[in-house]
Amino acid sequence: MNRDMSYDAVMGRKNEIMKKAIGIDFEVFESGGISFDYERMMREAGYSLDEIQKIQSSTGVGNTPILELKNLTALARKCAPKGKGAKIYIKDEAANPSGSFKARRAATAVYHAKKLGYKGVIAATSGNYGAAVASQAAMAGLKCIVVQECYDSNMVGQPEILEKQRVCEAYGAEVVQLTVGPELFYSFLSLLEETGYFNASLYTPFGIAGVETLGYELVMQFREKLGKDPDKVLITHAGGGNVTGTARGIIKAGAENVEVVGASVDLSGLHMASDRDFNRKSFTTGHTGFGIPFATWPDRADVPRNAARPLRYLDRYLTVKQGEVFYITEALSVLEGIERGPAGNTSLTAAFALAQEMDEDQTIVVQETEYTGAGKHPMPQISFAKQNGIEILFGDPDTEIPGKNIVFPDHPSRIKVRDFDLNKARASYIKNAINNYGKNEISKQDLEFLVKDTKSSEEFVLSVLSELGAKVE
Amino acid sequence: MDIIKKGDWVQIHQIVLKPEERAAHLPEDTKKVPLELWVKGFALEDGKIGDEIEVKTVTGRKVRGKAVNLNPRYIHDFGDYVPELTKIDMQLKEILFGGDDNE
Repeated sequence: MNRDMSYDAVMGRKNEIMKKAIGIDFEVFESGGISFDYERMMREAGYSLDEIQKIQSSTGVGNTPILELKNLTALARKCAPKGKGAKIYIKDEAANPSGSFKARRAATAVYHAKKLGYKGVIAATSGNYGAAVASQAAMAGLKCIVVQECYDSNMVGQPEILEKQRVCEAYGAEVVQLTVGPELFYSFLSLLEETGYFNASLYTPFGIAGVETLGYELVMQFREKLGKDPDKVLITHAGGGNVTGTARGIIKAGAENVEVVGASVDLSGLHMASDRDFNRKSFTTGHTGFGIPFATWPDRADVPRNAARPLRYLDRYLTVKQGEVFYITEALSVLEGIERGPAGNTSLTAAFALAQEMDEDQTIVVQETEYTGAGKHPMPQISFAKQNGIEILFGDPDTEIPGKNIVFPDHPSRIKVRDFDLNKARASYIKNAINNYGKNEISKQDLEFLVKDTKSSEEFVLSVLSELGAKVE
Repeated sequence: MDIIKKGDWVQIHQIVLKPEERAAHLPEDTKKVPLELWVKGFALEDGKIGDEIEVKTVTGRKVRGKAVNLNPRYIHDFGDYVPELTKIDMQLKEILFGGDDNE
C-alpha cells in the first residue's frame, strides 16, 4: 500500500484525513451558504461547562488564583491623571500543570481523544499548547507528537521555541521540527495519516469550550473576592481561542456587562512566512501576525469550521509594542515579585495603559500568565534580538519598527493605549466571507450570521455588503 | 567520535520539499530554500554522523534521514547579560519607591 505522499496528493486527501483524525462531522452544522449553526456545534460537538470542570479538575487544571497587583496599580496611578488608575488583577494561569492556560484546551482535547479510542494525539504548534497537549497526553497514557515551525534555513531557532521543544520532550512527546513555511500543514497531515492519531487542533469545539472555565472561574472568584464583577477583562489575542473561550465563560457566569478587551503585540511589517523575518521578531505568539488574520478569517484554521471566532466577542482590541511588553514583564518581576514569561504579559501591558483611562474604583482583570525559564524570558529573547541585528533603544515605543528595533519606554508613562479599529476588522471579515463564498447574493440567514459573527448590526453589514457590490436575496 | 551505535539517541534531518516543490505564494526568501525537518530517535543501525540512517522515535515511528547530531544537547539558555533590563528594573523601583525627585 504505497500511497502517493507528494505535496499535492496529501493536500488533496485533506478532508478525508481530517475527518478520521477529529471525529466530528462538520457537515451537519452547515447551511450551504456562509452561515453555519455555531451554537449547535458548540453544544453538540463540545462539552458542557459542568463536564469540562470535571475533566479539568481530574487532571489538576484550573482554579488558578487571582492576584491583586498593588504595586503595578500604584505605578499606573503615578502615570495617570488624578483620580484615574483602575485596580489591576491577574489570573495566574502559569499555575496550571503545563504552565499556561493552554492546559485547559488540551485537557478537553486529550480527554476526547482517549474517549474515542485514539492511541495518540498530534498538535501543530510552536507554543504553550504543545507543552499542554504533551502534559495531558502523559497523564492519559497516550502517545503524543508535536509539530513545530522552529528554525530558519540556517537551523537557527527562536529561543522561545527551542524551550517548547525541550518541555514537550520532557513530557515524553516526539517533537518534529520544521523550517519556516505554511507547508507545515503538509507534514502535519502526513503524520496524521501515518499514525492514525487524533488531531488535537486548537480550534475544535471542545478545545474552545475548555477555555470557557477560565472566564467563568474568573468571574466567580472575583465576585467572591470583591462582591462584584470586574469592569474589564484583558485577553491576549492570537488565534482567537483565548478571547472566544474566556468571553463565553464570562457570559455563562452571567456577567454580560464586563467589557472584553483583546490585546496583541504589534508586529506589523513582518511577514509570518518569511525565512528572514522569522528570527527578527521577539514574540512567537500573541501578536498581530496571528491576531488579525484569525479575526478577519477564522476558518483558515486546521478544521473546516473554527470554534474560535474572536469578532463575536471582542468589545475592543488594543495593540502593544514589543519593548513595552518586555518592560512590563520586568515590572511584574521587580515590583510584584512574580516572574512570568513575556508573551503571556501582552494583555497585562495593555491593562497597565488602559487602567489609566479608568477611575480608581474600577477594576481590570488580566486573565493569564505563562511560565518562564531558559529561552522564554526577556534576557535570552533580547540577546537573540541583538544577535539578529535588532537595535535596542530607550525612547518612545511608538517609534518601534518590528524587525528593526525594540524600543523600551524611557518612562512607564510612555506605555499607551492603541486601539485597533474593530470596524476595519469586521469589514475585512465580511469581505473574506463573500470572497470565499464566491457569490454576490447571500441569504437572510447569512446576513443574520454575519451580524452575530462580527458583533455588529444589520445596518453595518449591509453597508459593507453594498460597498462590495453584494446583496441579500 | 561521530560514531553511531545501534540504540544511540540521534537527531536526523530530512529535506521535505525542495524549493521547486514548495507551495505557491511564499515570500521570495522562503521560496529559495527547501522545507527541512528534524526529529530525534534511537538509531536502528550502526553508522556515523552524516550517514543516512533509520531511527525509532519515542512514539515508535521509524524515520529515515541524515544523522546530524548524537546525544543532542539543548542549546537555549538565559542568553547574554542585558544591561538595559537592569536599567529598567532600577528605574521602576526609583519611580515607585524612590521619593519625589524622579516623578
